[in-house]
Parts: sequence; C-alpha cells; structure tokens
Amino acid sequence: MTSSTLTKPSHPSTPPRSPKPAKPDLTFKQKLARFDYRVSPYLYIAPFFILFALIGIFPIAYTLNVSLYDWHLLKGQGDFVGLNNYVEVLSDPFFWNAFRNTISIFLLSAIPQLIIATGLAALLDQALRGKTFWRMSILLPYIVAPVAVAVIFAQIFNQYHGPVAGLLEAFGLEPIRWAFDVLPSHFAIASMVNWRWTGYNALILLAAMQAIPRDVYESAALDGANKIRRFWSITVPMIRPTLIFVVITSTIGGLQIFTEPKLFDGRTNGGSDRQFQTIVLYLYELAFPRRDFGRASATAWILFLIIILAGLINFAITRAIRTADAKPVPIASGPAAAQRAKGAAS
Amino acid sequence: MTALITTPKADPDATRRLLDSERRSRRKKAYERPGMLSYALLAAFFIGSAFPLWWSFVIGSRQSSDTNLVPPAIVPGPNFLDKAAEVFATVPFWQALANSIIISGAITVSVVFFSTLAGYSFAKLRFRASNGLLLAVIATMAIPTQLGIIPLFMLMAEWHWIGTLQAVIVPGLVTAFGVFFMRQYLVDVIPDELIEAARMDGASMWGTFWHVAVPAARPAMAVLALFTFMAAWTDFLWPLLVLGPRNPSVQTALAALSASGGQTPDNSMVLAGAVLSVIPLLILFIVAGKQLVAGIMQGAVKG
Repeated sequence: MTSSTLTKPSHPSTPPRSPKPAKPDLTFKQKLARFDYRVSPYLYIAPFFILFALIGIFPIAYTLNVSLYDWHLLKGQGDFVGLNNYVEVLSDPFFWNAFRNTISIFLLSAIPQLIIATGLAALLDQALRGKTFWRMSILLPYIVAPVAVAVIFAQIFNQYHGPVAGLLEAFGLEPIRWAFDVLPSHFAIASMVNWRWTGYNALILLAAMQAIPRDVYESAALDGANKIRRFWSITVPMIRPTLIFVVITSTIGGLQIFTEPKLFDGRTNGGSDRQFQTIVLYLYELAFPRRDFGRASATAWILFLIIILAGLINFAITRAIRTADAKPVPIASGPAAAQRAKGAAS
Repeated sequence: MTALITTPKADPDATRRLLDSERRSRRKKAYERPGMLSYALLAAFFIGSAFPLWWSFVIGSRQSSDTNLVPPAIVPGPNFLDKAAEVFATVPFWQALANSIIISGAITVSVVFFSTLAGYSFAKLRFRASNGLLLAVIATMAIPTQLGIIPLFMLMAEWHWIGTLQAVIVPGLVTAFGVFFMRQYLVDVIPDELIEAARMDGASMWGTFWHVAVPAARPAMAVLALFTFMAAWTDFLWPLLVLGPRNPSVQTALAALSASGGQTPDNSMVLAGAVLSVIPLLILFIVAGKQLVAGIMQGAVKG
C-alpha cells in the first residue's frame, strides 16, 4: 500500500510535466469567455473611478492650483501669486472670526448632542412596549431638510415675534437678541443641529448597546451593581468605538456647517456683523459675492487641512484613552469588573 | 399505581418549566422592565421632536401675528390652503418639486447601479490590484468633496450648464461610500460557489452579475437608495450655486421664499412653505420609516 503510493508519481502512464503546456485551440466563443472573465472586473469598477476622478478628485486637486493664482470669478485666471492667498486668508481677522464661530457652534452642538443621544439610546435599550414607534419618533427631525429646519428655527428664535420671545416676555425676562449677539446666535444655530441629529445618533448608539451580551448585565446585577453603575461600568465602555465614530462623523460635518447659519438670517452671510459666519460661509462669501476664487480656494484647502488635523487629534485622544484604560484596574472583582477591563481593552 | 406511572413523565416537564420560568425571569431582570419615567421621558422627547414641525403647520394655517402667543399656538387654523396658494404664487413650487424629484431620482438610480456593479466586482471577482483599489475607495470616503465646489463651478460654467438640472445631477452620480457599502454587503451574502456554478453553466460575467448578484443585493440596494435619495433631496449649497431662481430645487425655492417680502416677510406663509417642502419626505418616512431606522442601526450610513 505504502510502496504503491510512493511509486505512483513515477508511474509510466503519468504524462510528463512540460514546463509550458501546449495551448489548446480555443474556439472564438471560448476566447470571448476568457476575455470576458479577465476584463469584466475592471469594466465594473471603471465607471466609479472615472466619474469619481472627475467629480471628486479633480475638483479638490484643482482647488490647490486655483489657490496659487489671483483668480476672479468672471475675469478668470490672473497672475501666479504663490502662497500669497494663504497668507492673506490667515491674516484676515474675518477668517479667524469664522474659525472661532465654527468651533463654538460645533462644541455647542456636539457635546449636548452626544450626552443626550447616549441617554436616549439607554432609554430605548429596554424592553419597551411599541419600540418601533419610539425609534421612529426620534428619527422624525432627520427627514426635515436643513433648509426647512433653519427656516422654522429662525422663526422660533425670532427676537420680536418668536414663541421663545413670547415665553421670555411672559416670565418677565429681558428679550434675547438671538440674531445679533454672538453666543445666543450660536446657541440658536446649535439647537437646529441638535434637533435634527440627536435622534439619528441615538439610533447608532442604540445599535451598539444592543450588541452588548445581556449576561454581562446579568452578572453585574448579581454582583450588586445598580442601574447607574451598570451604565457607567458596562454600557459606556462597551459602546466606546461607536461613540468615537459618532464624534468623528459629527466633527467632519460640524466643521463644514453652512445651511443653518446661512439661513438663520438669509439676507446676510452669517449675521449683520458676521456674528455667526462659519468657515464655509466665509468661503462662500469670498467666492461668490466677492468673486475672489483664489482666496476662496485657499480657504477651502485650509479647511481641508483643519479637517484632517481634527481627525488626527480625534485619533490621538482615542489612543490615549485606550492606553490609560489598559492599565490594571484595582477595584477589579467579579465578572462585571472583568468585563469592564475586557470592554476597555477591546 | 397511576401516580407512579405518571410521576416520572410529569417530573422532567415540570423541571423544564421551572427552569424556563427561572431563565425567563432572570432575562427580564437583566433586560430592565422600563418604568413610567422611561415612557414619560420618551414622550417628552417625541413632543420635542414633533413640536417645531407641528407648530409650523399651526402657524402656517393661522396668521403671522400668532407666532408669539403664550403658551404657543397648538391648534391649527383654517388658512393653510390660502397660505399654500400664496406660496405657489411667490415661488415656482411645482417646478421645484418636479426638479427635486428628477435630480434625486437620477442620482439615486446612478449611485445604486454603479455602487452595486463596483461593489460586486470588489466583493466577488478576482483581479489584479483589487485590494489596492479598494483601499483607494475607502480613503476617498473621508474626502470632504464639498470643498471642491470652486473648480466644479468653473467646469459647469465652461459647459454652459449653470441653471440646468444636469449641473446638480452629474456631481452626484457616484459616491465612494456607496461602493464600500455594497461591497461589505455582497462579500457575505453571495456564496462563491454560486458564482462558480453560474460560470460552469456557461453564464457570461454580465449574466452572473444580473441574475445572481443583483437579486441577492436587493435589500442593500433599497437601503442605499433610501439614504441617497434623502441626501440628494436635502442638499442645499451646491444647488444654490448652480440652479437659478427660475429653475429651483425644493430647497432653493424654500430659501428664496424665506427671503421674499424683505423687511416685512409673511412668516405664516413662509412656515406654510416649510411644511409643504417637508411633505414628500414625510410620506417617504411614513412608508419606509422602519427601513430608515434599520438602515441607521445597521451602520448603513455615515453621518
């Protein structure tokens, strides 16, 4: 048995292996099939790459080129000015005003939104009656386009005629100049963002919470951890990757906010005194009302770099938190603590 | 005697029932039974979510001077149709509606088709550099393409497309996210053997795609279509730049409406317009809200 297997390769009937097998004659149909097999994968991805090169890559890359010239909307390309447009933008107080406004609006929307969305997700992560209804109910604002949100909230926060003004007056409080003062206007704009996106983010966080195995909670409950303790020691650590995802996506979106501040006072580009002009609004004002494509392009690239930088900072913070958590936790006892360490390390 | 015979039979049943009920009650304990407070909080949140929209309808059916009533007006008035008629007289709303349907529809068909095609190729076909090219797709997902509006605008001006619908449609024809999303779905859902079998039976590559991949991809295609349509429908900055006031989308028409009237705008009419602009997606929400929730929870969309 063994010997026959061993001798098999040298069996005379086995055809000798030639390094280059003779090509069998293919019919036209077979050749066509082979061509089809080799080329189709490329043909299927080609439309995406060709179109994306035209509408995605080329514009961003060409923006860099425009930013190096004096470039007027109507007169077109002018002199090569090197980095002069960048210098002008970065030494423009209005740019830094827009930068501050963007960060302020972003923080006023991202922080409350994250906290409320997490709490809301925890509320939904229970054996609720009519859970489909509750889930849909919090998503309702998401279907309202930012233009409509801005139009509606501009009325709600109308200094003279809005319901908020009415309530302030009824309580004998000083009227707030929502569209004139810096911080109130940022608050009003952030509330538009919060209204539209909190429920959406809560659903993302809810999905992460539902992926946590129930017996983790069970063991923690047996160990005597109460509801609040379980939320902080199990839920929050275990949904951390999703929380980071939400933070990153809302950063990228928040830095590019345009519609809400544009339409909060549609006759201006971010307020009569630029109280709520954001970076994209500043870019828009440079490019269109002022027709300076060169400086607007420089602004676009500066914002592009800011977004990349924000992504890197997010990433660094995330890693720092992870490393800090990976250190042994002294209170560790019982399965809940073990799970916590596991959740933090993963 | 009978007792003796039945006891051994009844015993395991009873034990199982006992174990079952114990397991059930323990699961209940872990899966907290929500109290009234939970429902109250959720109800409050629902009211907060619905209030701005409802209030817009209420004011849109009453009059501008009712905006600052205390407590806020919550009962609709009789004027909604009159206000709607004013909206139609102020901006070309029907045309805006038709334009938005054409723009969003064309973008949706294109994105879903090209994403399915490329996603299938990446998920199931073998070709050189496929990994590198997929990485390129993932990398481009992070690029904020909104920042390329200046060259895109120059391109549209060069092609004399300013004021036309294709100026909005063409820049939306493909998304990197769509390709990645379809790839992620198809890589798990179609067994390689199925594609091999189709090939053995002499099906062409296109035949395999059309008769094997597309039917399997349908659920993901529906989700991608839903979110692509919504994104196209709600887009504002780009349509504002390239569509003129005479050929608006729903969003640019509403923006124009809110700016009409100068210093003394008819707030009631503007809010009626906002409500009208929301109705199409509200219908979509009523029909496909469950799918939207499921799509978001599957991580189908990036923010």
